[in-house]
Amino acid sequence: MLAREGNMKIVDASDSSLLLGFGDAISPTLHSRVISLFHALQARNHPGIRNLHPGYSSLLIDFDPLQLDHKGLAALVEQMADHPGPSIAGESVVTIPVCYDAELGPDLPDIAVKAGIASEEVIRLHSSAEYLVCFLGFTPGFAYLGGMPETLHTPRLPTPRKTVAAGSVGIAGSQTGIYPVSSPGGWRLIGRTPLRMFNPESRPPTLLQPGDRVKFTPIHRRAFDELAAREWA
Amino acid sequence: MAIRVLKPGLFTTIQDLGRPGYAHLGISPCGAADPLSLRIANRLAGNAEDTAALEMTLLGGTFEFEVDAVIALTGSLCDARLGGLQAPANTAWKVTAGSVLQFGSMQTGARCYLAVQGGFDLPVIMGSASTDVRGGFGGLHGRRLQAGDLLPTRESGAGNTRVLRQGALERLAGEGPIRVTRGAQQDWFGPEAFETLNSCAYTISDLWDRAGLRLKGEALHSLEPSQLLTDGIPLGAIQVPRDGQPIILFVDQQTTGGYPKIASVIAADIHRVGQLRPRQEVRFREVTISQAVQALREQKGLLQEIFE
Repeated sequence: MLAREGNMKIVDASDSSLLLGFGDAISPTLHSRVISLFHALQARNHPGIRNLHPGYSSLLIDFDPLQLDHKGLAALVEQMADHPGPSIAGESVVTIPVCYDAELGPDLPDIAVKAGIASEEVIRLHSSAEYLVCFLGFTPGFAYLGGMPETLHTPRLPTPRKTVAAGSVGIAGSQTGIYPVSSPGGWRLIGRTPLRMFNPESRPPTLLQPGDRVKFTPIHRRAFDELAAREWA
Repeated sequence: MAIRVLKPGLFTTIQDLGRPGYAHLGISPCGAADPLSLRIANRLAGNAEDTAALEMTLLGGTFEFEVDAVIALTGSLCDARLGGLQAPANTAWKVTAGSVLQFGSMQTGARCYLAVQGGFDLPVIMGSASTDVRGGFGGLHGRRLQAGDLLPTRESGAGNTRVLRQGALERLAGEGPIRVTRGAQQDWFGPEAFETLNSCAYTISDLWDRAGLRLKGEALHSLEPSQLLTDGIPLGAIQVPRDGQPIILFVDQQTTGGYPKIASVIAADIHRVGQLRPRQEVRFREVTISQAVQALREQKGLLQEIFE
């Protein structure tokens, strides 16, 4: 259901887009409104809508202004927010195996020191929480995961790495995430998943979708190597 | 049958009209930086206007045709030569097998397009053949072209080549300041910031690519002390980081970002952004949304009228 406890703010973000704002905080309540409307718009599949960009507490709708106009779309969206269809929220939890080996997670000891806990405790905390895919961005398939235990909150690296391997699991501030493709990056790396988070040939091309729930399971290096060999074959 | 890349040029990729529909998965639209030039090249060559073509940047490449081909060159003029002779631009013409087509530096803009009748025989991924260099997919092997690459071409069907009317390109080109509408965080900026954006000249810096163009000039200061929560970015958004120097986010942009967006380039002027060069001066002028949409409608109409 779409909560109506706060007003939805609608701004013309460009001549081809509307930004719907639900508030200025990272909160599961605001986020669930973003995801509900995102799902409703996806289901609606309007031919004039080109792209949907969910954020923490906002949704950007990119559309063809020769097929839809700002006022008409705003009215449609307000009506949808008032009369939400059946929720199709992904209640299933996606489990992602992670190897927290020192070689694959070089910043794990730093995080342990900063938090004043043992490395094993970092792994236990990181793999015991359930996370929410707030949105994807940065690179194809990069999911910003909310819900990390506060003890693990650590600022990003002062200088980003030039290359971070695909599958690397990192921490930045209150967020944790997985690099789907090799790219530069400033998140502190604590491990790596053997899974392919992004595969352009797959449908859908990303393992995670906005609104999904995620859990991490620690695996040994041998299991990682076997799984990675199969996954990336 | 194929076209062989002898020299790739500075940054040459395969692009069509892009890959909408996947922004929620962090996938950028990509596509031609100057979509008008791409569409015109395809129409000249007798293709559907969203057929994938070569996009060359600042310095073009050198290509050997292993097959007879009908091609069209559009976008920036770039001193293209075929065996020492000037190669014609903005018209369809036939290249015979064995010819070497050599492109020089871009002279009037930043990018030129080479469309081949029939198009390239490359996979369509998520509805597009465009290269996504950050994601490492699309185009040829998900990257910019390298020397030695072979670009497979499709059998050219019975495509009808077209001829441009006299003065058609001039009417489409657009002139004067790049037009913008107010952006998602317009409330974060005071009247002075909009006044500055509307009146001051900015220089395109060397930090310039398909993902974004960093500008240098009068700083634009946000009045809002807080940090923006990451939100979605529309194509052409002008974001303002802490230093006040604006950045135009472009076709390969990230789908979300955390800097306030003061304005956004109108859809009808996006093609002009694709022709801006480093160190070039650029000015902006604010228009209303309805003026912007009207400009887009007029542009669409003009596109229907430019061919004989």
